[in-house]
Formats: sequence, structure tokens, C-alpha cells
Amino acid sequence: MCGIAGLIHRGKSSNVGSELQGMLQALRHRGEDSTGYALYGDTDGKNFIMRFKVGENVGEGSTSIVEDVSVYDERKKIVDQTIIELGAKIVKEERTLPYSLRYEISYEKKDLLEFSQKIESIPGVEILSMGKSLEVIKDLGNAKAVCERYSLDKLIGTHAIGHARMATESGVDIKSAHPFWGYPFSDVSVVHNGQLTNYWNNRRALENKGMRFMSECDSELIAVYLAEKMRSGASLEEGMKESLSGLDGVFTYFVATKDSLGMAKDTMAAKPLVLYESDELVAMGSEEIAIRSVLPQEIDTYDPFDGEVKVWQI
Amino acid sequence: MANLKSVTKKTKAQAMGMHTEVLTGRTQQKFFNPDEAENFFYFGTYDVDFNKRTDLDVKDMTAADANKEIDNLMSQGYGTIVIKNPQGKHSLGVGILNKLNLIFEGSLGYFGIGSCDGPTVRINGRVGWSCAENLMAGKVVIEKNAGSCFGAAIRGGDLICKGSVGARTGIDMKGGTIIIGGDAGAFTGFMMQRGRIIILGDVGINLGDSMYDGTIFVGGEIGSYGSDAVDAELTKSDQDWLKRKLKVAEIGENFDVSKMKKIVAGKKLWNYDNLEPTEKKGAI
Repeated sequence: MCGIAGLIHRGKSSNVGSELQGMLQALRHRGEDSTGYALYGDTDGKNFIMRFKVGENVGEGSTSIVEDVSVYDERKKIVDQTIIELGAKIVKEERTLPYSLRYEISYEKKDLLEFSQKIESIPGVEILSMGKSLEVIKDLGNAKAVCERYSLDKLIGTHAIGHARMATESGVDIKSAHPFWGYPFSDVSVVHNGQLTNYWNNRRALENKGMRFMSECDSELIAVYLAEKMRSGASLEEGMKESLSGLDGVFTYFVATKDSLGMAKDTMAAKPLVLYESDELVAMGSEEIAIRSVLPQEIDTYDPFDGEVKVWQI
Repeated sequence: MANLKSVTKKTKAQAMGMHTEVLTGRTQQKFFNPDEAENFFYFGTYDVDFNKRTDLDVKDMTAADANKEIDNLMSQGYGTIVIKNPQGKHSLGVGILNKLNLIFEGSLGYFGIGSCDGPTVRINGRVGWSCAENLMAGKVVIEKNAGSCFGAAIRGGDLICKGSVGARTGIDMKGGTIIIGGDAGAFTGFMMQRGRIIILGDVGINLGDSMYDGTIFVGGEIGSYGSDAVDAELTKSDQDWLKRKLKVAEIGENFDVSKMKKIVAGKKLWNYDNLEPTEKKGAI
């Protein structure tokens, strides 16, 4: 089933980590296999923030193969060496969990395609996000558990999207969890509720154009599809509108960039979405109770119509 | 199996396990008795006094507990119950088989007022997906917007949304009336089998797709017609009925019903009976 939620503060920052945690926790009955956050924090914009993993969470419910922590350590060493070879510099590093790391990187060349390809050529390493503001954090468990594990409740920022997953099309692991980074574009992330039925046709076509897929989760296609459209010169909104006919199946998805948040709903309106919109805040989720976790007072909400695409700026 | 070339049409069909008698729907009509329907009551329902009123704050209650408490209040004779702080909770006010005046001061989540027969419900807020699913009789009024599958499979009653509704409104409906003050989404009236839908605003694509029967009235623009949905002539009696319904619904007071479009099913199904909406209880 899965649940998605997102919010954007317009003209100010807020505790988006805590707010999104509340929204996703309200949707936990839609799926607790994994939960993911794409948070757009307040930064000085000088360095890239890279969230990446060197292994999988092999805890309860995981479908991943158990590996020794020494394997993770070895992969981390290779990542550090590769970053130096790319002419970049690690300004700050945090190892939240043995398999999950956060680096702040000074990288003047700014060629994220080359950078990502080199890093991800290391077996077992995947970049979860790369950007000046975006941080994708995803792991097994419900929203509260992931938030506590990564101490996300104090993150201040302007907007965020997130996903509570019930695994159906692919395994219970971090690589199949949402949000997906819009590789190789800085600060682009996607979450999706639904099922895409022309995944393999699109995947083959996009791989032939040099795009990369890290999982077999159909939702990843949306991030790659939009990234390819933008690489071809389309704006985010144009890419989203094209996706209504380019992607087949049922879907409601959110996409976020450094300064915007958008939603798209398929032409059959088969997946739910409730939306609240004001001059100060836009909040949306698969169910109204997600919005109520940040706006408990009586508010006016509505369902976007079939085939609707909307984008808001911060 | 017998040699099919050497048997008659009737025995051939029987040999293939098929029946040959013409089904007319009389089996359903035979058991319908209007007097019994009028005096029908469910076991475990209550005599309530509409002048006996109480409030129920469900802020810290689960939906199951809230519904049990509504039932408990009805058992005490309360005929008017005001629900405070519903806060988008799912499945509130379901399974009420009683005459009751139920008022929600706020919005509901999914499956609100499901499987009810008899209550008059007013929701001073919005409702999520599948509001009033399987409504048998009664009146439900939503002051704001509604989600998708509004009035799915209703058999009777009046379901009124003063705002706009999502996709598949009136999907599989088998009777009753749905009235929308604003716009409606795609696949409105999808597979509807009886009843009427009135939309004062615009409606999305595939209106009345695969409808068997029933009537849809649209005041605004139509995105596209679904398979089997065709235009029909808007008669004087249609207009009189629309005026009466809109008046009862307290919306569209000055709406010019003479300009509405009437959409019906283009196909006529073999073996499809002609029960009126009022005969709904005898048919199920």
C-alpha cells in the first residue's frame, strides 16, 4: 500500500525533520517495512552533503545478506581514497551507523555524474543523496524508529518528503526504500505510492541512454525518468507532465528540488492524496491524518484531480 | 458429454451445463413487499428522541471506541449526537442502522459513515475516500470537499457534497441520489447500476464508464464520456425533479437546471430487471 507525505514552508524554515516524522508515523499502518526521509536543511551551500551506505541493515525483517562490519570498513576506506582521487575533500564525516555515513564534501569540479559513477563503482556502495541541501535518510522500520536512529527530529529546513513502505515489488532493504535520489542531479528526490507497469520497457530505454538504476524497485524509475528529462533540457514541471503519459500504471508521486516541491497524480486517480495549501505552508499526504499531525486545527483540504501536476516554490 | 451435433439447441445447452430459461428479475420482485419494507427494523436498534442531544469528543478515542460510544448513546435514547474533534480519523460513524441525527464538527478520514441505513448525518468539514459506502437510506451532507469513491455502491438515500469530489464518485451505485455542488473527478458513475448523480460543476474523463443503468446530470463541462455512456433528452419531469432535489440539498438554489446535460447508459442488458430505486431493499 505505502504512504507518502510532504510539506514545504514558504518564506521560512521550520523543524521539518520532526514534522515529517509525525506525518509518516501517522501513516505507519500503510507500511512499516522501511521509512525514508528527504530533508532539505538550512546550509551555507558551500559544500555537498553526501549520504551513502556501505552495506545493508540486516536486522529483523531484512532480506539482505549478512556481512561483517570489517567489510563496511574496507568499503569506506576505498570511498575515502576515491574522493581524494576525484579532487574532492572530505570536510566533515559522520558515521551514524556501521553501514550509513554522511559526508560534507568540498568538490569544486561539481561533476556529479563522474563523481557518482566512481563512488558507486565500488561494490556494495550506494549514494543515497548528493546535494547542497538534500539529505536522504532511509532505513528499515517505522518513521519513529528511523527518526530516532538517525536523530532527525532537530533538523531545520524548508521542505521535506517522505515515504512509509510496504514492500511489494522488491525486497525489504535500504536500496529499495524511498526516497530515490534523482541521480545525478543535485538535490532532486522522489517518493511514490503506486505501481508502474511499464517499468522494464522504460528501464531498458533509459539504461541505453546511460542512466543508472540501483534497485529493482519500480518507483526508482520515476526519479531516473525525471532526471533524464531534465538532462534533455526540460524543466522539472515539464518532465512531470510528460510522465503522466510516459509512465504507465497507477501512481501519486512527490518530487522535491532545492527550492521546490511538486506532486503528480496519474490519469486514473487510483492512488490517494490529500492536499492542504496556504500562503505559508503546503502539506500533503496519502491520508488526511498525516496533515493533521502538523495542523491539528480544522482546515480546508482537498483531493487533487486525475492527471494533475502542481509545483510550489519555497 | 453428449454428441453436440446430434442434439437440439435446448439439450445442447443443458449438456454444456448452461441454462436456457429467460431470467427476468421476477425472482427479486416476488419477495418485495412495500409494507414490510416500511416497517422494517434491524435487531438491536433503538428508539431515540431527536430532542435528546449530547456531545462526544473523540479526540483521544480510537474509531472503534468512538463508534461503540455512539451506539451506547443511542441505547440511552439520544437522537442527536454531535461529534467533536474527529480530526480526520478513519471509519467514524459506520454501521448505524438507526434513525439518528449525527453531526460531525470537523473532517473525517476514509470510510466515514460506511454501511449505514437511516441516519441523517451532517459533516462540517471534509471527508476522505469512500464516504458513505453502501448507504442504504438516510441523508448525508458534507459541507466541504470529498475524496474519491464518494458514495461507492450506495443502495439508497441522499448523499450531498457541497464542495468538489474525487474520482470514481458513485462507482457501482445501485440506487439513491448523489448531489455534488462543485466538480467531480474521473470515472464518475463508473459501473453504476441504478440511481442518480447530479453534478453542478465540471466532471473529469470517462464519465459513466461501463454504466448499466441510472442517470447522471451534469451542469458544467464533461472531460469525456466513458464506454456505454450516452446523452439523453432532459425532460420537463427531469427538471422538476432536479429542482426539488437541489432545494432539499440546500445547494444550487438559483442553478438553471434546464441547461444541464443528461447522461444514461447506451446499452440495454438482456435480463436486466426494472426495479425502481424505492424497491432497493427487496432486491438485496
